[in-house]
Amino acid sequence: MKIGIIVFPGSNCDKDVHHVLRNVLHVDADFVWHKQDNLQGYDAIVLPGGFAYGDRLRAGVIAAFSPIMKEVRRLAGEGMPILGVCNGFQILVESGLLPGALMKNNSLKFVCRWTNITVESNRTPFTHTLKPKQQIRIPVANQEGRYYADPKTIETLENNNQIVFKYHDDDPNGSISAIAGISNEQGNVVGMMPHPERASESVLSPFGSDDAMLIFESLLDYLDEQR
Amino acid sequence: MSLTQEELVYLKNELKRQPNEVELSIVEAEWSEHCSYKSSKPLLKLLPTQGKRVLLGPGYDAGVLDVGDGYVVTVHIESHNHPSAVEPYGGAATGVGGVIRDILSIGTRPIAVLDALRFGNIEKDNHARWLFRHVVRGISDYGNCLGIPTVGGEVEFDPSFENYCLVDVASVGLGKKEDIITTVADEEDYVVLAGGSTGRDGIHGASFASKALEEENRSAVQIPDPFLEKLLIEATMDAVNAKCVKAVKDLGGGGLSCCLSETADKIGKGIEVDISKVRVREHGMTPRELMISESQERMLYVVDEAHLVQLFSILDKYEISYSVIGKVKDHGELVVRYNSDLVAKMPASLVANAPLANRTARKPAYIDELASAKKPTLPSDLGEILLKMLSNPTIASKRWIYQQYDHEVGVRTVVKPGYADASVLRLDNGKFLAVKLDGNSKHCYLDPYNGAMGCFAEACRNVIAVGAEPIGMVDHLQFGSPEDTEVFWTFTEALKGISDYGRALNIPCVGGKVSFYNEGSKGRIKPSPVIGVLGLIDNVSWIKTTMIREGDILIIVYKTKDEMGGSEYYEYIHSIVGGNVPKVNPANDNIVTQILLKLIRNGFVNSVHDCSKGGLAVALAEMCILSNVGAAVDTSKIPNECSRIDDLLFSESHSRFILSVESHKLGRVTDMLESNNITYGIMGKAQGNSIMFSKNGSVINVSVDKAEDAWVRMIEGVVEHG
Repeated sequence: MKIGIIVFPGSNCDKDVHHVLRNVLHVDADFVWHKQDNLQGYDAIVLPGGFAYGDRLRAGVIAAFSPIMKEVRRLAGEGMPILGVCNGFQILVESGLLPGALMKNNSLKFVCRWTNITVESNRTPFTHTLKPKQQIRIPVANQEGRYYADPKTIETLENNNQIVFKYHDDDPNGSISAIAGISNEQGNVVGMMPHPERASESVLSPFGSDDAMLIFESLLDYLDEQR
Repeated sequence: MSLTQEELVYLKNELKRQPNEVELSIVEAEWSEHCSYKSSKPLLKLLPTQGKRVLLGPGYDAGVLDVGDGYVVTVHIESHNHPSAVEPYGGAATGVGGVIRDILSIGTRPIAVLDALRFGNIEKDNHARWLFRHVVRGISDYGNCLGIPTVGGEVEFDPSFENYCLVDVASVGLGKKEDIITTVADEEDYVVLAGGSTGRDGIHGASFASKALEEENRSAVQIPDPFLEKLLIEATMDAVNAKCVKAVKDLGGGGLSCCLSETADKIGKGIEVDISKVRVREHGMTPRELMISESQERMLYVVDEAHLVQLFSILDKYEISYSVIGKVKDHGELVVRYNSDLVAKMPASLVANAPLANRTARKPAYIDELASAKKPTLPSDLGEILLKMLSNPTIASKRWIYQQYDHEVGVRTVVKPGYADASVLRLDNGKFLAVKLDGNSKHCYLDPYNGAMGCFAEACRNVIAVGAEPIGMVDHLQFGSPEDTEVFWTFTEALKGISDYGRALNIPCVGGKVSFYNEGSKGRIKPSPVIGVLGLIDNVSWIKTTMIREGDILIIVYKTKDEMGGSEYYEYIHSIVGGNVPKVNPANDNIVTQILLKLIRNGFVNSVHDCSKGGLAVALAEMCILSNVGAAVDTSKIPNECSRIDDLLFSESHSRFILSVESHKLGRVTDMLESNNITYGIMGKAQGNSIMFSKNGSVINVSVDKAEDAWVRMIEGVVEHG
C-alpha cells in the first residue's frame, strides 16, 4: 500500500502529511513533484496544504493546470481515494473535481485555530469507519476557507450525502451550512479545510487529542478492504 | 554621502588613491552602521559567547547550538524598523524574509519565526493602529506562505514609539551538524546569484536604516515575494542535502556590496564579478545601483566546477532564475566589472571591516531625576483596576495577532501561543525546544542596566516555566542615534546588564543585531533591547503550561518588592513615568531557576507562570482566564517588602513564579524550596469562578468571565472597530 503526496511549488504541508503517514501510521508514502504525469503504483493521493504558486490569481487556480492534475483527474474517475487538505481542497475545486468555491473568510483575515468538526457523511474512504455526527477536534489555518456554492448545488450536495464535515459550533470561515469538507458524487474525492495532519498526535493538541488520526486510519482500512 | 570625513580619509589612505563613485557607494553601504556595527563592535565583546553547545556564535549569519544526537539548532534575530515605519506591510514582510535567509545561509531549515513588535498608543493614535494592523498582516502573509510557523513573540505599546515602530523578527532553524555550511571556497569556484531579479527597490536601504527617519523614503523599502522565498528555501535545502554548495549567503542590507565583500572576507579570498550578468527587473540600472540594490529574495551560492551543473538542475527544478556572476580568486580583492569595464577594485577585508567609530557616553540627566516618583493615590476599587490592567493592550491577549499567523505548520508546535510562557517546538531527536522573546522599554528607559538585565531574566524565566533549560540567547539592541552621547550611555549600560546576567547564569550569546537611529516623532525611542532565549527540554513530560486545575494549591516563589518604576500599573493606570525599576540579583536567579527546573522535572507542579508585566495579580488572572477557574488568594501570605496593597498586586519584581500544585505534592514542593532557602508563600487555591484577593476582607473580587472579557476583547476591539 502506497500513498502519493503531490508537491506543487509552494506546497507547505507536504512534509507534515508525510510525517503522519510514515512516522505515525507507518504507511509507505512518497512525494510526487507536480511536473510528473503519472501516478502508477499509488493506492491513494493526498493534495496537501500550502500556497501553491503563492496563491496568485486565486488560491489553487494555477496548480489546477499542473501536469500531474490530468492524471489526478483520470484516477479520480477510476475511483481512487483522493484527499485535498486546505490548499489541496482549493486545488480540487479549481480543477473541477469538486463543486463550489472557497472564498475569503468572513473576517477577511487568515485564521489559525482549533475547532470542532462533525462527520456528516461516512460514505467516503476517509470517513467510512467513522460514525455520523462524530466530533473531531482539529485546527484550521487559511484565509480563503469560506465554502460557497449556489443553493441548487448545496441542495444536491445534501441530497447526495456529499457534505462530509461541518463545523460543529463555531465556523471560523463563514461557510454556507458551516461546511468544512465535501466529496464528489462518488465519494472517493474529498476536500476539507481543516488540517488532519496537525491533529493526529496527542502531543500537538492543546486537548491531548488525536481525533483526526481516524481520517487516515479510515483510509487505510478502506484500502485494506479493497485488496 | 553618509561617510564621515575621517572615514573618507581612511579609505583614501588604505586605497592609496581616490575611490571612484561605485566604490564609494559600496563602502558607504557596507560601512553604514546597519552593516558594520562600527559604534557597537568594541562593546559587544563584553557579551559571553562561549558555551558547551555553541558551535558558531556572533559574527555569522546565525548562531549554531548543538542539541545532541547530531542535530543543531540555529537562531538569528533582525529588525526592519525604518522600512516598517514607512511601509508597514512590505517592511514587516521583508523583515521576515531576511532573517529566514540567514538561517538558510548556515545550511539549516527554518522551523519557526517569532516577532517582537513595538508601537505607539493604539487606543488613541490612529497612525499607530494603522502601523500595527499592517505589520501584523505583513508578517502573516509572508510567514504563512512560507510554511514556517510564527510561534510566538511579544508586543509592547508605548507613546515613545509614536509615528514609528519596532519590528523584530527572530527565526529558528534545525539541521544536521554535518550539513552546516562552513563557508570555505577555493580559487576558481563559481559565484552564482539566484532568486529575484535586481531592481531599484531598496536602493540605499542600509544607509536609510542608519540615520533618523526624516523623510518617508518609500523607495528604500523592498517589495516582498514570499512565493519566491519559499522556492529558494526548498532549493537551498536540496543543495545543502546534496552537499553541492560551499557557501551560501543571503542578500540583505547593502545588497551585493555587503554580500560579496563579507563572503570574500569570510572565506579569506577575493571575488571577481561581472555585474552585467546580474538579472535586472528594469532597464538602465547603473553599476552603482546594481551593487547597492536591496531587492529581496536573492541568494548567493559559491560552488565548485564539479557541482555547478547539479546546482543548476536544482534551481531549474524550482524554476528559480540564476546567473553565474563571477569567480573566487586568491588575491583577496573585491573586483567588480561591468562587461569589460572595471568599476571597482578594493581589498575585501577593507570593505568588510569598517573603521570603528569612537562614541562617547554621558549619563542623561533624566535618569536621576526620574529615579524616584511620588506614589499615586490608592485607588478605591482595585477590582476595576485589575480589569483595566488586563485590558491594557501591552498585557491584553494577543489572540487577534497570533490567530493570523499559521503557528502550527510543520507539526512541531507542541505548546502554542496563548497557552504558556514560551512556545515549545518538537525537534527531530526526541527533544523539545522552548523559545521566547522579551523586551521592556519602560524599564530600560528609566534604568537601562537593570531594565535590560530584567528582559534577559524574564526571557529565561519564560523558557524555564515551560520546563526548559536555557542554552543560548540572541539580543537585539535598539536605540536612538549612537552619536547622541546620552543614547550611547543607555546602550552601554544595557549591554553591561545583558552581559552580566549571561555570565552569571552561563548563558552564551550566539547572535544578535544592533539597530541605531531609531527615532519617532517624539525624538529618540526608549532604549529597547529585545532578548530571545532558547531552552532545551529532554522529556515531553517536563513541558508545563499555565493551565491550573480546580483545587490546586497556589504558591508564589520569591519576594514582591516595592519596585514600581516603569511598571504597567504606574504608566498605564496613573501615567507616572519614574520610580525605581525592578532589579534582578543574578546569583539569586541562578539558584531559583535551577530549583524551579528540579520541581518541574520531578513532576511536583501542575503549572507554572512567571510574573512580569502587570505583576502578580495579572499573572494569576491570566492563569484563571486560560483555565476557566477562579482563585482565592490571601495577600498576607505573599512574601513582600511592600507598604501598599496596590504595589504588592502590581509590582513587576523579578525572579517570581506562580506554581500550582496538587495538595498531596505540596510537602515535596515546600521541602525543596525550604532546603534551598528560597522564599515562597502558599498564597491560596484555585477554586470557584472568581479571582479573589483578600486581606482581612476582600481586596479584589472579579469574575473570571469579566476578566476574560477585558483581556480578550481589547486589541480586537481597538483594531477592528476602534
